Amino acid sequence: MAEQTAPPQSVAGPPGGTAITAEAKPDAAVVRDALGVGIAVGLSGFAFGVTSAGSGLSLLQTCALSLLVFTGASQFALVGALAAGGNPYTAAAGAFFLGVRNSFYGLRLSQLLALPRALRPLAAQWVIDETTAVTLPQPTRRAARIGFTVTGLTLYVLWNLTTLVGALGAEALGDTAAWGLDAAGPAVFLALLAPMLKSTTERVTAALAVVLALGLLPVLPAGVPVLLAALAAPVVLFLMGRGKDGLMGRGKDGTPDEPAGEAGQGQEAEKAAAKTGAPRTTTQEDGR
Amino acid sequence: MNVWIAIALTAVGCYLAKLLGLLVPAGALERPVVQRLAALLPVALLAALTAQQAFGTGQHLVLDARGAGLAAAALALVLRAPFLVVVGVAVAVTAGVRALG
Repeated sequence: MAEQTAPPQSVAGPPGGTAITAEAKPDAAVVRDALGVGIAVGLSGFAFGVTSAGSGLSLLQTCALSLLVFTGASQFALVGALAAGGNPYTAAAGAFFLGVRNSFYGLRLSQLLALPRALRPLAAQWVIDETTAVTLPQPTRRAARIGFTVTGLTLYVLWNLTTLVGALGAEALGDTAAWGLDAAGPAVFLALLAPMLKSTTERVTAALAVVLALGLLPVLPAGVPVLLAALAAPVVLFLMGRGKDGLMGRGKDGTPDEPAGEAGQGQEAEKAAAKTGAPRTTTQEDGR
Repeated sequence: MNVWIAIALTAVGCYLAKLLGLLVPAGALERPVVQRLAALLPVALLAALTAQQAFGTGQHLVLDARGAGLAAAALALVLRAPFLVVVGVAVAVTAGVRALG
């Protein structure tokens, strides 16, 4: 998505005037970026509609999720947990923890968009991965507001329409498993996960979470293993932090040395990976 | 009824999470540790969900057609296929393996 939002600067002002160039991104280019993301992702609401209906949720319940929750990973997680027989509280907790990342998107968007307080409760529903990805790289406040609004509106309308179509389609299909549609959920999760696996820290966390989730599945009630697998995140952060107090100290002083920090974390992650050989193997299997 | 409880809790929780980011003063969540944890939490959850929904049936671990579909999705991701193609490939391969098996 970052590539799609790279501003075309053909209509730039005088050479060398970067400030002017930054101002020059035409509204049409922003709208084009926003529509590209909004339409592509909006259409995948179809996969959610089919999965949700295939998991046994009614048409009304499926559409309510897309209208009210409107953050894809949480929606897939919830219907998956309910289908597996999880109780509503653990199922909702897993979906909620996935939605927490939107708080951090909102924090960054808030500064960029500078919305009036009265508008914020309305705008909040659109604070998700895709709107953030389109909005953050925009060069001006006007471009950011256009990008956020067009992406949010396109995605909200399309996601809900395709959810409805998918749910109706699933009811017509009958046994969705025969059509392989029970593989849509895990494939969506993997597609969301893949771009996040940037460094060894993320890969070790993912591997540890897989081991915890599969290892605990046979012995704990449905939904609980996923919540416990989330502990992989603080555990890996803690292990990475241990034994490199100098690095952590530097970060707290407010003078973080980014490249050194990344390198240090990489080495630390290699050590952690060496200690826990099994999880790494699982990652490699995942990537086959 | 249970499903509606889950939907209501998820809707309220996810909405408040979104709103919180827009309302709190900048800097409140800017501590590096909090930021790192917020970035890593989805990684752990998505990895766990991928594994469970591909290899879990109730409380049993199984290797069935979904595993083949997930492998195909992983290959599509390595080849930088678009989101919808990744999901489509997983569905098609799973259906194909089931039809053959």
